[in-house]
Amino acid sequence: MSDFMYLFRGGMNQSSPEEMQKNMQKWMGWMKELSAKGHFKAGEPLEAGGRTLKGKNKVVTDGPFTESKDLVGGYLVVTAGSLDQATELAKGCPIFEYDGTVEVRPLMLMQQP
Amino acid sequence: MSKPEGSPAPELGHLFRRESGRLVSALTRVFGVHNLELAEDVVQDALCRALELWKLRGFPDDPAAWLLVSARNRAVDVLRRERRTRVFAPELTQLIQSEWTLVPALSEMFQDEMIRDDQLRMMFSCCHPKLSDSASVALMLSLLCGFSVQEVAAAFLAEPASIEKRIVRAKGRIAASGRLYELRGTSDLKARLARVLRALYLLFNEGYHGSHSIRTVREELCEEAIRLCTMLAEHPSTNSPEVLALLALMYLNAARLPGRINQTGELMPLNEQDRGSWNSEFVQRGINLLNASASGDFVTPFHVEAAIAAEHATSPSLAGTNWTRIVEHYDILLKLRPTPVVALNRAIAIGQEQGPERGLAELAELGQDAHLARYPFFEAAFGELELRAGRAAVAQSHFERAAARARGMDERRFFLGRAAVCAGEQV
Repeated sequence: MSDFMYLFRGGMNQSSPEEMQKNMQKWMGWMKELSAKGHFKAGEPLEAGGRTLKGKNKVVTDGPFTESKDLVGGYLVVTAGSLDQATELAKGCPIFEYDGTVEVRPLMLMQQP
Repeated sequence: MSKPEGSPAPELGHLFRRESGRLVSALTRVFGVHNLELAEDVVQDALCRALELWKLRGFPDDPAAWLLVSARNRAVDVLRRERRTRVFAPELTQLIQSEWTLVPALSEMFQDEMIRDDQLRMMFSCCHPKLSDSASVALMLSLLCGFSVQEVAAAFLAEPASIEKRIVRAKGRIAASGRLYELRGTSDLKARLARVLRALYLLFNEGYHGSHSIRTVREELCEEAIRLCTMLAEHPSTNSPEVLALLALMYLNAARLPGRINQTGELMPLNEQDRGSWNSEFVQRGINLLNASASGDFVTPFHVEAAIAAEHATSPSLAGTNWTRIVEHYDILLKLRPTPVVALNRAIAIGQEQGPERGLAELAELGQDAHLARYPFFEAAFGELELRAGRAAVAQSHFERAAARARGMDERRFFLGRAAVCAGEQV
């Protein structure tokens, strides 16, 4: 088994309270399933904004302030048998119904493959 | 950590919608009606934040309380940031200028009892005399029930663009009115309450009689009307026999909604309805409310309509219905509210009580009314009585004319179905 990170972008189209609640309930259903099948390891939403540091002079700027569809809004870490399985699992994410994307990235491990 | 934190999933119902209505009302008082849009934005923010957080972390212990605190904190931020540049509610100007009083004042204003009052004040504000009843209904759905423009439009089978225009204009009217309607010590409270009741009646009837084919949409509209009317019934400033009578009427009719519309949204004629599907709890609640509403010394159309609905809801069958009493009720209703539709329903009841020929004679007397001539159920009433009188061919042509006047697919299908029954009788 290996660990993978899901990076979520977008999926926050302004919608009605009822739609938002439905969106949330779908997420919770998906999360519950990941957790019940032992895939869930960790996950947090991220605040928008923050700071970015850059260069030798460690220049600090506010942001990122990119468009919300490009901004990472949260992450999950899941355990799966392979990248293919992790990708399959990600297909269950409700974010696609709301115009968002999931990036699936294998975590690097110390042990040699 | 092997699974998301947070409390187990509570029964949410329409939590976001409900809280949206509560919080928009509270924030509108805090910010002042001229900042209505800001209040809506702050609530939208709080809901978005909840969505982002809860979807990955699970529910807090008390989701409603969490949303309230979130909106309140946002309000404090806004007030701090803009108190020197923006004008908020005039009565709060002093309190929000000082850090000593800002947070305590806001906490005070977000008490349940205060928010309950704010919602009623918002409801009365939505029924401004310069607004049409249908604009008031759209506004109530938007501000108090958390419906989006699309959802209001979908409920009324209207174009989103025209609904949006209507809501924006109506919001502008409220924003310009200076402050939320005051429930205490206002001289025109009675007149305004009458407008509110009319709007709620309209909202309920859109769910009950409307031409929407999705049963859940109809149920939601009825449910919202009942919820808002209950708020009036529970508040000492607005509780009156007329309010109780309207609420009774809503419960007694809502009780029969499951039988009136089948799962696919088709209208069912009264004699084919499964009376077992009627909601007996709602019937009982309606009867209790109707009894409680009899305390006043005057009778309103809502009282009489509720009494008619009660007769239907408690009758064992169509034949076992006390039509004599229903006709008596209609006689009274026609005096209180002399409209063609009331006259039509009275004629139908007479047809049930005294036989189809008498009913047809009553209908014929109404035949000159131009409004009724366009009303498909007028033709259909002729059809039903002709069919019962054994003249199936005449009945069929009435149903076909009714189908031609139908205002939606469901009505059309219903009348064509009745016409087909008549055709079957003739074979």
